[in-house]
Amino acid sequence: MKTNNNSYTVIYAAVMVVLVAVLLSVAALSLKDRQDANVRVEKMSDILRSIGLGADANLADDKIAYIEAEYEKYIINSFTVNTRGEVTEGTDPFAIALDMKSEYEKPAEQRNLPIFEARMDDGTVYYVIPVYGSGLWGPIWGNVALRSDLNTIYGVTFGHASETPGLGAEIASEVFESQFVDKTIYNGATLVSIMVMKGAGASSGNPNAVDAVSGGTITSRGVESMIQSNLAGYEAYFNKMRAAGAAENQPATAPSAAEPVNQTSHE
Amino acid sequence: MSKDKEPLFSAKNRKVLLGPLGPNNPVTVQILGICSALAVTAKLEPALVMALSVTVVTSCANLIISLLRKTIPERIRIIVQLVVIATLVILVDQILKAYAYDVSRQLSVFVGLIITNCIIMGRLEAFAMGSKPWPAFLDGIGNGLGYGLILVILGFFRELLGNGTLLDFQVIPDSWYMANGGFYSNNSLMLLPPMALIGVGIIIWVVNSRKVKKG
Repeated sequence: MKTNNNSYTVIYAAVMVVLVAVLLSVAALSLKDRQDANVRVEKMSDILRSIGLGADANLADDKIAYIEAEYEKYIINSFTVNTRGEVTEGTDPFAIALDMKSEYEKPAEQRNLPIFEARMDDGTVYYVIPVYGSGLWGPIWGNVALRSDLNTIYGVTFGHASETPGLGAEIASEVFESQFVDKTIYNGATLVSIMVMKGAGASSGNPNAVDAVSGGTITSRGVESMIQSNLAGYEAYFNKMRAAGAAENQPATAPSAAEPVNQTSHE
Repeated sequence: MSKDKEPLFSAKNRKVLLGPLGPNNPVTVQILGICSALAVTAKLEPALVMALSVTVVTSCANLIISLLRKTIPERIRIIVQLVVIATLVILVDQILKAYAYDVSRQLSVFVGLIITNCIIMGRLEAFAMGSKPWPAFLDGIGNGLGYGLILVILGFFRELLGNGTLLDFQVIPDSWYMANGGFYSNNSLMLLPPMALIGVGIIIWVVNSRKVKKG
């Protein structure tokens, strides 16, 4: 065959590239809506999961519809705050939560930080804070659900793009996530966030710490600094709300979990 | 696939399909695809999914390249092969994201890793460029499965010994663990990449020593 001459080669390459480009563009465009819907529903289901809801979504006939309905029902309010503790207007908290990366690329004082307020069937209120940071290989993210005292953690979820299976990827496991339940992010009046400490049992008795994933040191550190740096942006707002809450309705919002008693120094 | 179409599975075609599972395994005999074998075998589940995806991509790429083989200009054949593989992988990734989002979340980076798998390109260059479409397709399936077999064996042992689980189900009884007063502790070393290499070495050793005995 005459497949060896130059013009044939060049035309072949050109035609191939154009065909492939058209094929991939058509595929990407026609699938985009569905993909976006999947991403949206995943975020909703993560937020719901952090407050212990939506676990049986896989049993539902239409998972997307089920998650959307649950989200509408339980997430009664969502808003954004700035680092000075003021509620900001004219923002879309859910859109920001979907794209935390670009929000954290802004200078701290320009950020609009989303908060999702959930009300359960029994009237309990939780606040879900989406967090975003980096692990060993790529981004990690999650949601931290706080009780109405804005101190005790009710539940967390974590996700990751590309951490090592069996090691760093274990941050998204039930075992790691469940450690955060009933831990507190305040030590007295200071926001100390949650330490992720190396070694099994290293954090026992410490209300502000959990155990790291063994073999996943850098990812664990990533989780620690993610929660710490993200919560820091909410500090002003939390302090304001906590002060207001303490003055007004102390008994109504007091959680059943114990206050941080033992103030071990850790720097 | 279509196992009931007898005439398609002549003795020669059967050899093409089954050879890579034993005597001509791409990993243990040709030492191809070691890089991804290290990355995805810390747990059984990603190993299984990776095995399946590679099988799909190798067989489709083999089929397409075999159909095109007479038209491909020789000087740019590697580029053409690469474009076909990359296109298939991107298509698979996009479709998974739209219709099987959970699977796509679990696969995450591994989908991209398929492109770099040298087995696929090796089969295109060594087999599909010179064979008819049907044997090429079978060769793709055979090599995908042969590769997958090694992944699954590695994933099985690494997850079992490193985590005490299989497909995330706890296999080793909780009461065995030192934390609960037992005698057992997981060997985290199994989860680190060097153990995959040592594991591949052990498999190759076993395969070769059996071969020597037979011959």
